[in-house]
Amino acid sequence: MWAEFSLTHAWLIPLLPALAFVLISFFLLSSPWLASRLAIAAMGSSFILALGAAAAVLTQGITVEAPFVMKTVWFSMPGLSVDMGVLVDPIAATLLFVVTLITLLVLIYSTGYMAGDPGYCRFFAFISLFAASMLGLVIATNFLQMFVFWELVGLCSYLLIGFYFFKVSAREAGKKAFMTTRIGDFGLLLGILLLQITFRTLDFAELAVKVPAYVAENGAASLTFIAILIFIGPVAKSGQFPLHVWLPDAMEGPTPVSALIHAATMVVAGVYLIARSFAIFSVLPGALTVIAWLGVFTALFAAFIALTQREIKRILAFSTISQLGFMMLALGVGSLTSSMFHLMTHAFFKALLFLGAGSVLHALHDQADIFQMGGLRKSMPATCLMMGTAVLAIAGIPPFAGFFSKDEILVAAAHVSTPIYLLASLAAFMTAFYMARLFILTFLGKPNPHNHPHESGLAMLVPMGVLAVLSVVGGIIPFAMGFGEWVRFGPAHHAGIDWAVAGASTVISLLGFALAWYIYGGGHTRSNDLTIKTGALYTWSFNKCYVDEIYQWFNRTFVGGLARLSFWIDIHALGAVVDNAWRGTGAAGSEMRRLQTGQMQQYAAVMLSATVVLVILLAALTGSLVKGGQI
Amino acid sequence: MSLPILSMILFAPIVGVAVITCLPQTAGRMIKMVAGGAMWVCFFLASLMFVNYDWRVGGVQFIEQLAWLPDAGASYSLGVDGISAPLTLLMSVVGLSGIYSSWRIDKRIKEYFILFLLLVAGVAGAFVARDLLLFLLFYEVVVIPMYILIVVWGSTKRVTKEYAGMKLVVYLLIGSGFMLAGVFMLYVLANPAGQRTFDMTVLSQIGQSGVIPAQQQIISFFLMMLGFATLASMWPFHYWSPDGHAGAPTAVSMVHAGLLKKLGAYGLLRVGLLMVPVGFKFWAPMMAAFGMMSVIYAAFICLTQSDMKYMVGFSSVSHMGYIVIGIATADVIGLNGAVANMFAHGIMTALFFSMIGHVYNTAHTRDIKDLGGLAHQMPKAAVGFMIAGMASLGLPGLLSFVAEFTIFTGTFATYPVVAVLAISGIILTALYVLRALADVLFGPRLTKWDALPDLKAPEMVPLVLLAAFLIGFGMFPSLLMNVINSGIEPLTPLLVKIKTAATLCGGL
Repeated sequence: MWAEFSLTHAWLIPLLPALAFVLISFFLLSSPWLASRLAIAAMGSSFILALGAAAAVLTQGITVEAPFVMKTVWFSMPGLSVDMGVLVDPIAATLLFVVTLITLLVLIYSTGYMAGDPGYCRFFAFISLFAASMLGLVIATNFLQMFVFWELVGLCSYLLIGFYFFKVSAREAGKKAFMTTRIGDFGLLLGILLLQITFRTLDFAELAVKVPAYVAENGAASLTFIAILIFIGPVAKSGQFPLHVWLPDAMEGPTPVSALIHAATMVVAGVYLIARSFAIFSVLPGALTVIAWLGVFTALFAAFIALTQREIKRILAFSTISQLGFMMLALGVGSLTSSMFHLMTHAFFKALLFLGAGSVLHALHDQADIFQMGGLRKSMPATCLMMGTAVLAIAGIPPFAGFFSKDEILVAAAHVSTPIYLLASLAAFMTAFYMARLFILTFLGKPNPHNHPHESGLAMLVPMGVLAVLSVVGGIIPFAMGFGEWVRFGPAHHAGIDWAVAGASTVISLLGFALAWYIYGGGHTRSNDLTIKTGALYTWSFNKCYVDEIYQWFNRTFVGGLARLSFWIDIHALGAVVDNAWRGTGAAGSEMRRLQTGQMQQYAAVMLSATVVLVILLAALTGSLVKGGQI
Repeated sequence: MSLPILSMILFAPIVGVAVITCLPQTAGRMIKMVAGGAMWVCFFLASLMFVNYDWRVGGVQFIEQLAWLPDAGASYSLGVDGISAPLTLLMSVVGLSGIYSSWRIDKRIKEYFILFLLLVAGVAGAFVARDLLLFLLFYEVVVIPMYILIVVWGSTKRVTKEYAGMKLVVYLLIGSGFMLAGVFMLYVLANPAGQRTFDMTVLSQIGQSGVIPAQQQIISFFLMMLGFATLASMWPFHYWSPDGHAGAPTAVSMVHAGLLKKLGAYGLLRVGLLMVPVGFKFWAPMMAAFGMMSVIYAAFICLTQSDMKYMVGFSSVSHMGYIVIGIATADVIGLNGAVANMFAHGIMTALFFSMIGHVYNTAHTRDIKDLGGLAHQMPKAAVGFMIAGMASLGLPGLLSFVAEFTIFTGTFATYPVVAVLAISGIILTALYVLRALADVLFGPRLTKWDALPDLKAPEMVPLVLLAAFLIGFGMFPSLLMNVINSGIEPLTPLLVKIKTAATLCGGL
């Protein structure tokens, strides 16, 4: 009953938070209590509906091949018809569950974290819109609907990252996020248009039928090109190299926003888009190879940068980039199951890490440098415990959540390509290292006497507790319940642990921990030595490999240069021609004026000579005409 | 419908002019109320017309016909189809918003509102006319009030307002001179002496039947293009437009970018494509290339502008490029998108200019470098800026996205290279829009702007009205697209002929 209702009313899941946004924006901007409660109520209802939809998927035998679809025409004309609708299958149901749950927890957390902020109501309105856009994206039935919500997600991230709009850094970060994802959208839009031109449809179900037939007939070359264009969108949205630059800056927003962006909304949209259109990608091995290699490179690259960062949220941001690389590489090696599994477990522990970081920052009055922290385990025991859980989960220690999903990714990678597997393992090692570094410097060691930390309130701790529990059991329970039977592409994935891979990855993670303990466990001396010894490598890592600087240079030199050139042409070339022509007319006019002398004799002389000339001309002309027999 | 609704739409502003003429110069508030009232009536009637337009039937509706100059074949003939019905609605919306954006005018109030209403009436007449001579009459009428409005009430920035106004007039008049020559060529060639007519429907049928030889069509369309494309500010005939925008008072910029440029595009479509299709086919690739140049070139220039009005002025050149490309595709999808974008861009750019006008009226500067953090002092105006900016960069959920996506789809099939380059414009647009929004609205609070008032009740009208149209049609585009398509879809046979004709005049 409830499950059936939820499924047929799945369109309510994005609509309720959207309504909350409208109501708060128009009526509740000055009533914080009502605004936050309304946002939470709407999100809670969506969560219950999402649970119902998930239950319906499990009980009614809805599979990836036979999804639940309802749709209506959004606009149409001959040759172009676009639908809006709802598509629920196991993949979408997983995302609906994750997004509504995380957003709900973040909203509850924010009632404590944002208390007293002048933009409190605006915050809850934006978060509601953010969730609504993400949920609309999740249930999209076609590429254009997905693109519509994809862009709205981008808008909301712009608004939320720039939430403290009076700060120049926040303003710039919001702009950067929008701008970078726009570059990706350019590729995505081109890809979508090419699909529309080629197949006359953008519907996922129809494409799933038409694409393999097209490949069988015409080969994969042109479609691989389209697929890579589409992939540029996720590269930007999911922070893959080289369009990852916006994500670390996105921490300028309030911390709950970071948790949302990094865990549930926004960045996973890119991964989800590939998963949703996996019917296209799966028949294009060339595109999959690109995705796999870019994924593994991003995983390594971001982990390398995370090794040396000092701001707590910045480390977590690069960690997100790295983990997204894992998800991409999983898709690239053809394992949709493990990618979605990791997306889910990552959402749990990354949300927890960010909310924990928020709790720390709250306690330390926005002191963000982990080298200035230390010893927080005594003053913030609950936060310490939960952060510790999350660190174990992200490092992939059994039986925490991350272990199961990362293991599946590594197994899938090992089946396809040994180099990718080895590189991914290296990234996993670095992950364990930098997460342990963060934990040790923040919570262990001696307290910094300048800090006067205090544990956060229940509104913040309870949502973190829920996430901590999920970080522990969020891997093993889905694993035992046969996650891979439902969320899959192609034949059912049989869950089982490859003990060789699992053992190796556990050992690698433990080694990472050990190394971190060796370097950072006893004060800052060893790490300072290391900084000096590694020299250039450290500088590259700390300066994020200068990717930002390259972009700035390019933008200044080429975009700015072309802009100045165009303006110069407009003023000095086009403009000069017109203005001179105009002056020429004016000059001709003044010349002409000289003829108007006002002297009768002159006029008479001119008239006389003109008449003579005319008469002669006419005579000659008529003569020739008469000869020709025309008159 | 027996009510002459189109005449009523057309005469609502003119009745307003008549009433204002009788009022004394000192009754400023009364004059504004009358002008507002006239435009509210106009808006109400236009909405009524739009809602009652039956798109399932399509074709020309609300026809009115009166004899005018039977010897020349001209009549007072009004009617709207799926193309002109949305544009008539657009005219009333922008016109009404313009009145309320002029609420702070305090110099020669009477003359200002008389001229402004005449300007709007001219645009209205051009959109509802079904007679070519009537169309041309209204088309030419609009330039005169434009000139006076700029020179008297305008502002001098990079160039003087006199220069800007004069340049605009010279450009448009020279353009219309060519255009008139082209149109009269068509008029003379279409029918033998004695049977000549200005009836648009008849002229379209004749133009499409192939009576006029290809060579003449090519010349005729070229002449028309010089006029219409200048008004539509297609590169390289755009040079008058940014200076004109910058010099003009707020409401005139709104009408100028929101309506007049659309009139140029409408002329290209209604007179150019439909009446001399062979000439159109000949010049279409060049128009597509020039449209693409408009998009890219103007977007680059926007990056260098620090005067907001110049920026939006160049931005409207850039966006008109999309419309020109859409028309040049001569494709059902592309044309649908072009007309939709005429509507979308008209609303969006009017909103942008209206918000800039508020900032300029209160802060007396519109230089991006001087402004900053205005979201602190004027949150409502900031919302308006955001909506206009987001529409400008084609954010889904706002109408512009639907229009641009449709144009892109249509263009990709016909001119793939143009399409790719034009689509790259969305990155540049995002660059300059986000830069302007960030530098004007956000950042630390500047105490020197603390005295600035936010939008007050009358000034909220443009924001609410224009945003409602952008969002409403953006979320439910069918409401607009069905009407537009009812005007475009019947052209399919002609468009197919244009596409498939082996030689220039083959099959036509």
